[in-house]
Amino acid sequence: MASEPSLLVASALSGNRRAAGRLISMIEDDAPQVEQIMRAVYPHTGNAYLIGFTGPPGAGKSTLVDELVRVVRTSDQSVGIIAVDPNSPFTGGAILGDRIRMMRHATDPQVFIRSMGARGHLGGLAVAAQNASFLFDAMGMSLVLVETVGVGQSELEIAEMADTTVVVMPPGFGDGVQAIKAGIMEIADIFVVNKADDPMASKAVSDIRDVLRMDLEHREWTQPIVRTIATSAEGLEDLWMRIQQHRGYLEQSGELRRRRRARIEREIMRIAERKLLERVLQPRTESQEFETMLDLALEHRMDPYAVADHIVSFRDGR
Amino acid sequence: MTESGRIRVLMAKAGLDGHDRGVKVVARALRDSGIEVIYTGLHQTPEQVVAAAVQEDVDAIGLSLLSGAHMTIFPRILDLLKSEDAGDIVLFGGGTIPDPDVAELKKAGVAELFTPGSSTLDIVDWVRNNLQHKSHASA
Repeated sequence: MASEPSLLVASALSGNRRAAGRLISMIEDDAPQVEQIMRAVYPHTGNAYLIGFTGPPGAGKSTLVDELVRVVRTSDQSVGIIAVDPNSPFTGGAILGDRIRMMRHATDPQVFIRSMGARGHLGGLAVAAQNASFLFDAMGMSLVLVETVGVGQSELEIAEMADTTVVVMPPGFGDGVQAIKAGIMEIADIFVVNKADDPMASKAVSDIRDVLRMDLEHREWTQPIVRTIATSAEGLEDLWMRIQQHRGYLEQSGELRRRRRARIEREIMRIAERKLLERVLQPRTESQEFETMLDLALEHRMDPYAVADHIVSFRDGR
Repeated sequence: MTESGRIRVLMAKAGLDGHDRGVKVVARALRDSGIEVIYTGLHQTPEQVVAAAVQEDVDAIGLSLLSGAHMTIFPRILDLLKSEDAGDIVLFGGGTIPDPDVAELKKAGVAELFTPGSSTLDIVDWVRNNLQHKSHASA
């Protein structure tokens, strides 16, 4: 298989899934070709709608995503899925098992499922997921679903990247205090209480409702709470309807444009920071002068702020 | 191995074979050696296995077969990999496979087969010595 990035992109965009798979690996590995890849991909993006799913392990996210894909496929929309699972903090290895719930879509040419380990991305998980979603978008996927185990920093970053964020809770996740401190309430556009046939489900719904009532901030969008039983596909049409309602709200209120503008601003700043680091800061830390200042700081004769000022200032003409 | 060069392996069970203890033990051993394992669950068709391997861009497929269907399923997966432009994905496997069949499957292109009595360490060593993450190799 050719490895020239522009050829791979052309091949992926014409429907070659092997090429798409390779490109996502390069994106995940933060390979040197990523800039070239993304520059070839970006002009073809802008049509996909991005939905994030997050929640604690065992909430039923993968099964829910699988069922949602089934619902969406009845309207013949194509779907790209990024399923994130944790890596071992000790070995870096991982067992990525989200696909198990989605194998019936494996051979559907309009569905592309990619598993990602949460750790070990030099450029960050959110960057890898974002770039992979751009690729899906360019390949003509009308929906991109990103599933992550929440809540950590990387999950929040993925929520920032989604147009609609669905927070999936299992029954019995804890009382209202857990819900307040979890930090997950703020990112949800839609709540799902899955496994709604469990006796604890009603309590989970009322706990979430209580927490939402405490929210003093005025919101134009009232976060709905949807009950689902993903294993028997109950509540999925309702969830899909709520997602479309949220999309409608975002589009009509101008909020979609605001969210996407904030997203692309973050993306540009991230790229600019990295270029600044690589082109400006790193070369300056490779000087004898810097080594001398490091020693001075170590001996407490110069403070770290002064050293930092020295390397970011342009007075040496560089 | 650098963090960015992580080996990815798809572990699969194909056909009417409900015995997944072995594949899970191997998956766990590979995980513990730093490999990203994608597990697809039971009762997969060769088509599903190959489609998943292509989408996941794995370096290898590890197929566990205890049902006796190995002379059908291994060659079928090799054929599908070739037709998907994915002949470079290594296919290895394990299970109750008689020696003459092992020899024939290896001749057909299965890279390695681990039969009962193989230690998980042998499997991990083989994977680490014979697979290389490709993404950067052709950079």
